[in-house]
Amino acid sequence: MRHTISVLVENEFGVLSRVSGLFSGRGFNIESLSVAPALDPTISRMTIVTSGDDNVLEQIVKQLNKLIDTIKIIDFTGEDFVEREMALVKIACEDRNRAEILRICDIFRGKVVDVTPKSYTMEVTGAPAKIDAVMNLLQPLGVKELVRTGPVVIGRGPKGWKSA
Amino acid sequence: MKLTGSKILLECLALEGVETIFGYPGGTVINIYNDLMDSPVKHVLTRHEQAAVHAADGYARATGKVGVALATSGPGATNTITGIATAYMDSIPMVVISGQVPTPLIGNDAFQEADIMGITRPVTKHNYLVRDVKELPKIIKQAFYIARTGRPGPVVVDLPKDVQMDEATFEYPDKVELRGYKPNYSGNLRMIKKAASMILAAKKPVLYVGGGATLTDAHAELMELAELTQAPVTTTLMGMASFPTTHPLSLGMLGMHGTYYANMAVTNSDLLIALGARFDDRVTGKIATFAPNAKIIHVDIDPTSIKKNVRVDLPIVGDLRDVLKKLLKQLGEKENEVKTTVDGLQPWHDEITEWREKHPMSYKASKSVIKPQYVIEKLRELSNDDAIVTTEVGQHQMWAAQFFDFIQPRTFLSSGGLGTMGYGLPAALGAQVAFPKRQVIDISGDGSFQMNSQELATLVQYRLPVKIVILNNNFLGMVRQWQQLFFDKRYSQTCMELPIDFVKLAEAYGATGLRTSKVDEVEDVIKKAFETDGPVIMEFKVAREENVLPMVPAGAGLNEMVLG
Repeated sequence: MRHTISVLVENEFGVLSRVSGLFSGRGFNIESLSVAPALDPTISRMTIVTSGDDNVLEQIVKQLNKLIDTIKIIDFTGEDFVEREMALVKIACEDRNRAEILRICDIFRGKVVDVTPKSYTMEVTGAPAKIDAVMNLLQPLGVKELVRTGPVVIGRGPKGWKSA
Repeated sequence: MKLTGSKILLECLALEGVETIFGYPGGTVINIYNDLMDSPVKHVLTRHEQAAVHAADGYARATGKVGVALATSGPGATNTITGIATAYMDSIPMVVISGQVPTPLIGNDAFQEADIMGITRPVTKHNYLVRDVKELPKIIKQAFYIARTGRPGPVVVDLPKDVQMDEATFEYPDKVELRGYKPNYSGNLRMIKKAASMILAAKKPVLYVGGGATLTDAHAELMELAELTQAPVTTTLMGMASFPTTHPLSLGMLGMHGTYYANMAVTNSDLLIALGARFDDRVTGKIATFAPNAKIIHVDIDPTSIKKNVRVDLPIVGDLRDVLKKLLKQLGEKENEVKTTVDGLQPWHDEITEWREKHPMSYKASKSVIKPQYVIEKLRELSNDDAIVTTEVGQHQMWAAQFFDFIQPRTFLSSGGLGTMGYGLPAALGAQVAFPKRQVIDISGDGSFQMNSQELATLVQYRLPVKIVILNNNFLGMVRQWQQLFFDKRYSQTCMELPIDFVKLAEAYGATGLRTSKVDEVEDVIKKAFETDGPVIMEFKVAREENVLPMVPAGAGLNEMVLG
């Protein structure tokens, strides 16, 4: 099963390797990991998408908690949350498909962020499933390059994690 | 007043109450070694950095204090890794300080540079690279705090040479503030009450005790609990000596080479109370048949240990000693119920007695060839009750656990988790430094001994009278045993074909060497060794193909033992 967790860690030298090393050393799976400073700049917030059964997830959360640099873990399993990912897609285009690409971009509320006579670069934001959907449509039109950020998540409702 | 980083380090060590450190000098720690000459901190020069870390580990296990080791950058630091991993697997409090190349050179493949942060990350509780001398006091404070609190473990502080030379005003913080690290010592009272009622309802309870009992010095509480509830006690290798093996309630060790009666008791129990143990595969055997009818209570300070390998009915996260105290209080309030429960245990004790009588710990004695078990028995008879025994890893280690009696806490030091050959001699060295007047005995095999035999020099130099027992079968005995049992006696690379003259080896270092291959001389050799000042090697030429039994083959259930 797919799980999304946010990990608040000390924004310090080497923390990313502690977290990623923990996953590889213990055979846990990372589907995606994104990291950047949180509201409090001394804290980094990681969003990790992983998979495994309940026992594996329990170990992942416990093992992450055990790291000295881990301040807090938010397990979004079963929670209501907003999930967003951004993708930058470079598509080769010829005259005959330029309009089609723009239509798809429009439908998915994407933005063209770079244009050349032979390419469009499109920015799309949404849940990972939306990115998958737009990619399905663009793929036959000649995608040359794709960069995905991996999802970031935040809980719904008024409750917030201080400094996060 | 401003001090250099190396002086600050030594000031910090003194303030942490460190009396002795173990180490080996080199280019990137030369400043520290220079200042060490003026410091009250004593230093023991081992002959290998691995041994320095094992010695600090032995010192820590024997005393309960944080052990400290010091090594230079690059090869010095990489040599410490086995020692650090050994301490990590057995949760031993330790601070290892490694020199590092000057900060501007880090990452440049400088002479004697190694990425020690990267290398030690998976085998330390935490590690630090000090990049500013102003941070040094805070980091040392945190390192000691992290090493000894919660589930203890080794912490590495990597200290670049330029930081050692930089100056700062020295001020040692009195508090540690780590927002991500707040170990939970206090066991949940609601859970402890539940545990009490489960104990009162049990008809076939077993206390299964691990290294946590020693780490928390919970021996008195453990004894009280066992005697109050009359529950039999089995320990892991790491739990050895936390409960006297001579006590009527002791079942000895469980697991792969545990006693028949301990393994049968666990398999047939209806309540397994795991105290500071982590259900290692060498303990459980096949998980599916491990204590199949038992409810399991698991007390551990580390939440990751709980439900990692086995299902747990009642988890209690907390310091074992704290939990036991609270549990005893709960049971103390229910005197009558405890009495009824204890009275109801008679059939269980009868069953265990039957197992004990059916297959006691034994071996086939011999008059013509020295049985290794016989040597251990004689050692037990002739040594003091407070003797500290260290072991290497292999057959001799298991025989020591099976046939020696451990009466007092912190008297059995052995590499349980990592299983490090070469641990015993330097660990004995560290223990002897901590307790110069006590008997310290390294029980060794000919294979393991050769992994750190250079430490004989350290023993002689510092007049550390460690008594070394080598059970010499000219084999890597444990691997040979597996080859015999599971690989059709194909002894691939386990025969140590070159016979070593261990007596001459001892003499080369200025120690005493004794040897015998005669059964009736074993006692004399041991007596003579104990009477001799200074370190002694006792070499016993033992039965070459003796096996450690009982044995639960890897992957089999605890009740599927191969018996002797």
